[in-house]
Amino acid sequence: MTVLSTQSAASTSVYPYGPHHPEAMVADLSRRAYDYRTHVLRMVYGRKSGHIGGAFSSAEILTALYFHHLRVDPNRADWVDRDRLVFSKGHACAMLYTVLAHRGFFPVEELPTFRSLNSRLQGHPEPQKTPGVEVAAGPLGHGVAIGAGMALAARMDGSKRKVYVILGDGELNSGVIWEGMMTAAKFALDNLVVIVDYNGVQQTGTTRHVMPTEPIADKWAAFNWHVIEIHGHNMAQILDALDRADEVHGRPVVIIARTTKGKGVSFMENSPTWHGGIPDAAQFETALDELNEGARAWTA
Amino acid sequence: MDSLIRNPLGNPTSMRKAYGEALVELGHARQDVVVLSADVQSSDFSYMFEAAFPERFINVGIAEPALVDVAVGLASSGKVPIANTFAFLFATRALEMVRTHLAFGGANVKLAGAYAGLSDSFDGPTHQTISDLAILRSLPNMTIVVPADALALRKLLPQVAAWQGPVFFRLCRNEVPEVFTDRYEPKIGEGVTLIDGDDATVIACGVMVARAIEASRQLARQDVGLRVVELHTLKPIDSELIVSCAQETGAIVTAEEHSIIGGLGGAVAECLAEKCPVPLERVGVNDTYAESGPYLELLDKYGMSVEAIVAAAQRALARKQASSSHATSEVY
Repeated sequence: MTVLSTQSAASTSVYPYGPHHPEAMVADLSRRAYDYRTHVLRMVYGRKSGHIGGAFSSAEILTALYFHHLRVDPNRADWVDRDRLVFSKGHACAMLYTVLAHRGFFPVEELPTFRSLNSRLQGHPEPQKTPGVEVAAGPLGHGVAIGAGMALAARMDGSKRKVYVILGDGELNSGVIWEGMMTAAKFALDNLVVIVDYNGVQQTGTTRHVMPTEPIADKWAAFNWHVIEIHGHNMAQILDALDRADEVHGRPVVIIARTTKGKGVSFMENSPTWHGGIPDAAQFETALDELNEGARAWTA
Repeated sequence: MDSLIRNPLGNPTSMRKAYGEALVELGHARQDVVVLSADVQSSDFSYMFEAAFPERFINVGIAEPALVDVAVGLASSGKVPIANTFAFLFATRALEMVRTHLAFGGANVKLAGAYAGLSDSFDGPTHQTISDLAILRSLPNMTIVVPADALALRKLLPQVAAWQGPVFFRLCRNEVPEVFTDRYEPKIGEGVTLIDGDDATVIACGVMVARAIEASRQLARQDVGLRVVELHTLKPIDSELIVSCAQETGAIVTAEEHSIIGGLGGAVAECLAEKCPVPLERVGVNDTYAESGPYLELLDKYGMSVEAIVAAAQRALARKQASSSHATSEVY
């Protein structure tokens, strides 16, 4: 497949790494997050399969990372000193694929092949198949320990590369998360940043109902992590938090990003139904309208 | 060919000590090797690597899932991690990590499964490992290597480290007789014929190789030629060698320190059933849990004595002879 993008150059450009976040940049990245949601909606609707809710809640986080903060190069996907992103909440990978495609790791035209036979875009991330995917994910709970291993390797290599891990809050139910938290704290891995996409909803209900995790910030702090809490759909707060994380020394950092499952589509928000629900034709049209409206709100 | 093995077998030597020393040697040879432990380095002697290369040793505590996942992160960053804990914990508690990231995800992690088989004999069935080969063999892309003595361990460990992809390296806790002479040059994926014989073949791995050799020497005194093949690599399995043994000797015995279900016996049975069906007798733990006790006596009690191999060979031989006389009567 040739690398052709239907996107304009402006919509795929990368804002240089750094602490300066002009309003226009924040608005553009916010608009893109809505645009990427429309791709996810089309992918899942087209295949009648996939996970919309958790993909939508991670849109701004992934956009901020790939279009501003991460030092990665799609032309050198195996660059040794690239920053690493571990997408631990693998079910939400439609958003990861959308962002990777727009970042230039593979053609945007490939996105509709999601979950199809012979596609590089598997139902859950598979590193051997999809350019830009660092590790397999799907069974939940792996991200922190794998990220700790990556961060240890970076330290051994004397590399300044950083490791970012995106978790869902439902994943915090899993014991190996807490094993990884202890390991990262033991080795004082300040090159590791975990972002919890805390949308408060998992497959069968709210996290508060399924397995209470609060007070979550206190728990991470008690495990000797530096904790930053933000609004996870507020682009400026995400960008600032990522910068602040870079300034922390001697501890791993967790950014607890309070998000909304299904963010951007009114009838999907905060509902377990849309963890794995598939819209019908009318719902698809309504959702698309709302997302386009969301994008327009950020268009100057 | 007999020059590959000692006659008589040498004195028992510590597999743990051999492992610790081999790890240190590997650490000198390869800067990319990182050793991890779930706080059992004093058990499996990986503490020797920790003492030599503290900056390349990671103790994650009693947390086997994290042990494997941290190793995955290291492997994805170009390291060659060797993760250490008891064999059963890789095959059970940390199995999902092994399946998802090593077998499926392709992470280049090496698992050193300590205290395998019944070798943690006094600690009892909770610590003994009789199903690991069956479980891990079913995972696509896994490579499984079982050294038979200290020399084999030393010669195979660098190959395990150099192998592209995940490897389960199954290790005995105890002292094992020296089996091989310096001429033994194992290669991952290739079985080794140690003793020739035409009447039947015993295919063995791990500590059962020494016992298979003893069984063959006993049967030789009764003019029965029991060929001895060492299959240190269960996966990828050397099916060509298994088939040629079946064709040339017409009867097969497997001997392993593992359940007779799904391990070496299972692998050989699958191969024979499809490619060259001949009588097969499996020596191993007979679908049960063992108990606490002295190692060698446990092996004997739970079906893995030299006598058990001899008896299995005689059964296989009798079945071969019965089926060949049956075939003859059909022809005429």
